[in-house]
Order: sequence, then C-alpha cells, then structure tokens
Amino acid sequence: MKTIFNADRRHLGPALLFIAPNFLGFAVFTAGPVLWSLVVAFSNWSILKTEPFAWTGVANFIELLGDSSFWLTLVNTGYLMLGIPFSIAGSLGLAILLHGKLRGVVFFRTLYYLPCFTAGVALMILWKALLNPEFGPVNHMLEGAAATLGADGWRAPTWLQSTANLLGLEVEHVGLSLRQWGVGARDAIITMGLWTAIGGNNMLLYIAALSNVPEELYEAADIDGASGWQKFRNVTWPQLAPTTFFISIMSLIGGLQGGFETARVMTEGGPAGTTKTLAYYIYEKAFTEFRIGYASAVSWVLFTLIFAITLMQWRWGAKNNEE
Amino acid sequence: MSAPAKPLPTPAGHLPRLIALWLIAIAMSVPFLWMILTSLKPLQEIESLNPIPKDWRPDNYTRVFEQIPYARYYFNSIFVAVWVTTLQVFTSALAAFAFSRLVWPGRDSVFKLYLATLMIPGVVTMIPNYTLLVKLRLLDSYTGLILPAAFTAFGTFLLRQFMLQIPRSLDEAAEIDGASRWQTFWLVVLPLCRPSLVTLGVFSFLGTYGSFFWPLVLIKTEGLRTLPIGMLFFDSAYGKQTNLIMAASLMSVLPLIMAFLCTQRLVVKGIQAGAVKV
Repeated sequence: MKTIFNADRRHLGPALLFIAPNFLGFAVFTAGPVLWSLVVAFSNWSILKTEPFAWTGVANFIELLGDSSFWLTLVNTGYLMLGIPFSIAGSLGLAILLHGKLRGVVFFRTLYYLPCFTAGVALMILWKALLNPEFGPVNHMLEGAAATLGADGWRAPTWLQSTANLLGLEVEHVGLSLRQWGVGARDAIITMGLWTAIGGNNMLLYIAALSNVPEELYEAADIDGASGWQKFRNVTWPQLAPTTFFISIMSLIGGLQGGFETARVMTEGGPAGTTKTLAYYIYEKAFTEFRIGYASAVSWVLFTLIFAITLMQWRWGAKNNEE
Repeated sequence: MSAPAKPLPTPAGHLPRLIALWLIAIAMSVPFLWMILTSLKPLQEIESLNPIPKDWRPDNYTRVFEQIPYARYYFNSIFVAVWVTTLQVFTSALAAFAFSRLVWPGRDSVFKLYLATLMIPGVVTMIPNYTLLVKLRLLDSYTGLILPAAFTAFGTFLLRQFMLQIPRSLDEAAEIDGASRWQTFWLVVLPLCRPSLVTLGVFSFLGTYGSFFWPLVLIKTEGLRTLPIGMLFFDSAYGKQTNLIMAASLMSVLPLIMAFLCTQRLVVKGIQAGAVKV
C-alpha cells in the first residue's frame, strides 16, 4: 500500500496508451456524436439543403408535438410493448419447466433458444410467408379448421395487411372504435415477438436466477405444507424479483427503441402506418427526408424517455442494496 | 447452468411436465420445419396445403446463388463481422487491462464515463455518424461498415469485470521476472481471459452479422450488401418465389446455428453473467 502514490504516476503513461485505441474510437463515434446531435437538434440542418442552415431554437420540438404521425408512432410503439408482460411471463414459465433435474434439459433449452439466436431478417421473412393471407400455412390451417367445424366461408385475419387490433384503436386519430376491433398487423408482430423472445435471453436469466434460490426456502415451505402455487407465490416470485425487475427495465428500453427492423422487413410501416414505431419515424426523418436536425431532436426525445427509465432502475437498485 | 449436472431417470410424476416441454418444443420448431420443407419444393407446390414436397428440389439452393449475388452477400457479412469482432475484442481487451490491472489517477472517473454511455440508444449516435461518414466520404464502403462498430464500451466493461478476478500476484511475479507491461498483458493476462474473449467475440460476431439499420442506410451498391440487406431486397423483388426465399433465409441462419452449437456453454454462461444487453 505504501507505494500506491508512486504506482499511480508510474502507470499513467502506459494506461493511456492501452486505452488510446478504444478511447479514440469511442470519442469519435459515440461521445462526439451524442453532443453533436444535441446541438443540431436546435437547428434546421438538412443534408438536402432545401433551406439555408439556421438555429431554430425549440422549433423542432414544437413541430414534433403537432405532428399527428408522431403520435401514431408513439401509440404503435406503446401497443407493441403490450407484449412485454406476456413475453416475461412466458420466459419465466419456460425457465420453471426447464429448472430441475430432467433428462434432455439441454436439448429443450437449445431448441427454445434457437428463435432468439437466429432472430433477424431471415426469420421475419419466414413469418411474413407463414402469415400470408392467401398462401400462408397459418390461414390454410385456420380456414381448414373452421370448415371442419361447419363455419364454411369464414375468413381468417389478413394479419400483416390489416389495421385491426385487439384494443380497437383507431388509425386516423387517437381513439377507440368497434370497427377496428380484431386481429391485425400489430398483433401479428407481437405474436412473432413472443415466439422469438420467450425462449431467449430472458429465459436463460431466469434459469440462472432459479438455481440461485436457496433450497432451504422450499424445504421450509414443504414443512409448512405449502402448495405448489403458494411456493411459487411466496418463495419463487419474491426471490426472482431482482431478475424480473432487470428484465422489465431492459425490455422497456428495448421496446421504446425497437420495431424498426420488423416493420421495414415485414410491412414497410404499413398498413396505414400502423406498424411504424418511434425508431421508424426517426429513420424516415433522417434517412428518407434527410432532415438531420429534426431527426436529432426526435432521437433526443427518445433518449430522454430511456434515460428516465434508467434513472428509475438506479433509484430502485440503490434502495434494494440498502435493505 | 450451475446446477449439478446429474440428470436422473424421469419419474412418472414428470409426465405433465414432459408433455408441456414437448408441446412447446413443437411450437418452436414447426416454423423452422416449414421453412426447410418449403425450401425444397418446386414453385408450383408453394400454395399446396401439403407441407411435404412431392417433387424434392434441392437445386433450389444452387438457384439462389444464380439469381442473386448470394455468395457475395455471405462474404460481405462474414468479412465485416470478422473485422468488427477482431477490432472490438482487441481494443476492449487493451482498455480493460488499463481499467483493471493498472492503477492511475482518474481511472474510475473515466470508467464511469464509459459506463454511462451504455444507455445511449443507437439511433442517437447513428444520425451524427452518418453525416460524419458523408463528410469522410466513407458511405458505401467496407470501412464505413466496420469502423463505427469497432469500439465498444460494453466489451471493455465485460472484459474488465473478468480481469478483476485474476489474482494480482501474477502481474507482480511477471514484473519481478522483468516483463514489460505489454508482455504482462499479452503473455499473462490475455491467455487467462480466453473464455471471456470468446464470449465477447461470439456476441460481437452475432451482433454484426445480423446488423440491419447501419448497412441499410450506408450501403447503396449491390456488391457491398450484407446478408440481411441482400435478403430484404431479394424478398421484395422475388417475393412470389417463396421456395427460393426460404432456401436463402435458411442458408443465412445456418452459420448462426452452427456457431451456437459450438459455443453453447460459453454463450449461455455469458448471458447469465449479464454479458449481453438483453
């Protein structure tokens, strides 16, 4: 310990050399851009140079508030995030099924994890084909089943081509209507998301967390004559709370900035813009309209939302550590 | 999994559980099975209700290579992913060494700055990076695909956590033997980090191989498209040829499946240790 001050000085030079490659890249491609985009958000900067560059103050943010297509993407983003609790519950259910001694656990785990590991454009194209209203096997099966039940001529949902949704959300304005009630593109995307995610990383996190629950707790519960559900409710669930919290926060953050790739590949944002999320809106403003200033402003709105959630996590995490 | 690996014979009471496990296994694999079978059908059987091809067409796979520059997409994806992975792992390991094995003034403040940037969403940095690459005339180039992705605060964080667990006495012993700091890094610390280097490598590779947004906005030339972008355009141009689309999709996920089967233990452990931004 007595040499710590000397060690400091002696190490500074080499330490900087070791960090330099990473730090330079980080400064040029992360730190610098973040600051730059905050500055540009207050300007009308455009790559197409349709109007002369000017500092426009908060004009971008005001325009954003008045843009109905922004509110639609916000509603869509929120709607798609309704899948999150189901996804988390599904991951927990699979983890409980896979937890404990059983022959073939690794086989099942591998199979469940496959959709998550291979997720991406290829699987989205696969689902697009599966859900094709005319030729897709899903509707072949549904309509075949309906015919056997005597409901001939029943039409299955058109999935990715329909603006209907399970909440009955209107498209043109924020509101509900019975006409819109049904199953449509957004529900299809949620379903695909569940298939991809429930056996994925969250399931693996839950499996790890389950194996850390002390066995004595279950033994004590057995002595008290607890039922399976009581053991879940009073032992498993509270013991998994930190994991559930972490997964929820990460899913919220992911959900807020997600949805672009799915919409671009499967629906190109349609039908009637109902699958466009916040990320899609930013993409359009930045890379099809090239309004860099405006898009930067929107990206900072998104960043602020994410930051608020991260703060929540820090608060809660700190409180948890004190207890 | 950390649970002792002693699979017991399945008792009869496990039957409902086994049934549930199998049902879910079927739900997970049916889309993949449909993909494989459809990729082997001739065009006229695509709309048929029967999922099994009457006329097996393995030549669909070679036809993909004839219709689009699929080999080129493969090469581009793997070339870019290998470069990004190598650079990410190397620069992260260097920085992690300085953050964990060397003691210097300001170390922890700089590290906190790194950590704070982990919550910055990708879209915030992508717009400025795009305009930066326009200025540098790097749009539509391999360099443009590789460089912005090559430096990660996340990898630095991951490797630092691992290096902190290596006993410090090893460095001291190396120093007494007259090793330079570079030799300590290269010959002592790095070889001990191999599992975490592989974990980071696998995740970097996967992330880059599947990356969509960046190549989509950056690449205009067909010859520079990576697999996800090539697949996107193939699907919109030849959407009716579901058999070829499925063959191409299957070939694009095949390297991922192989990679997973080879590195399964490390991947699972890595995720469970928080090695990936879920």
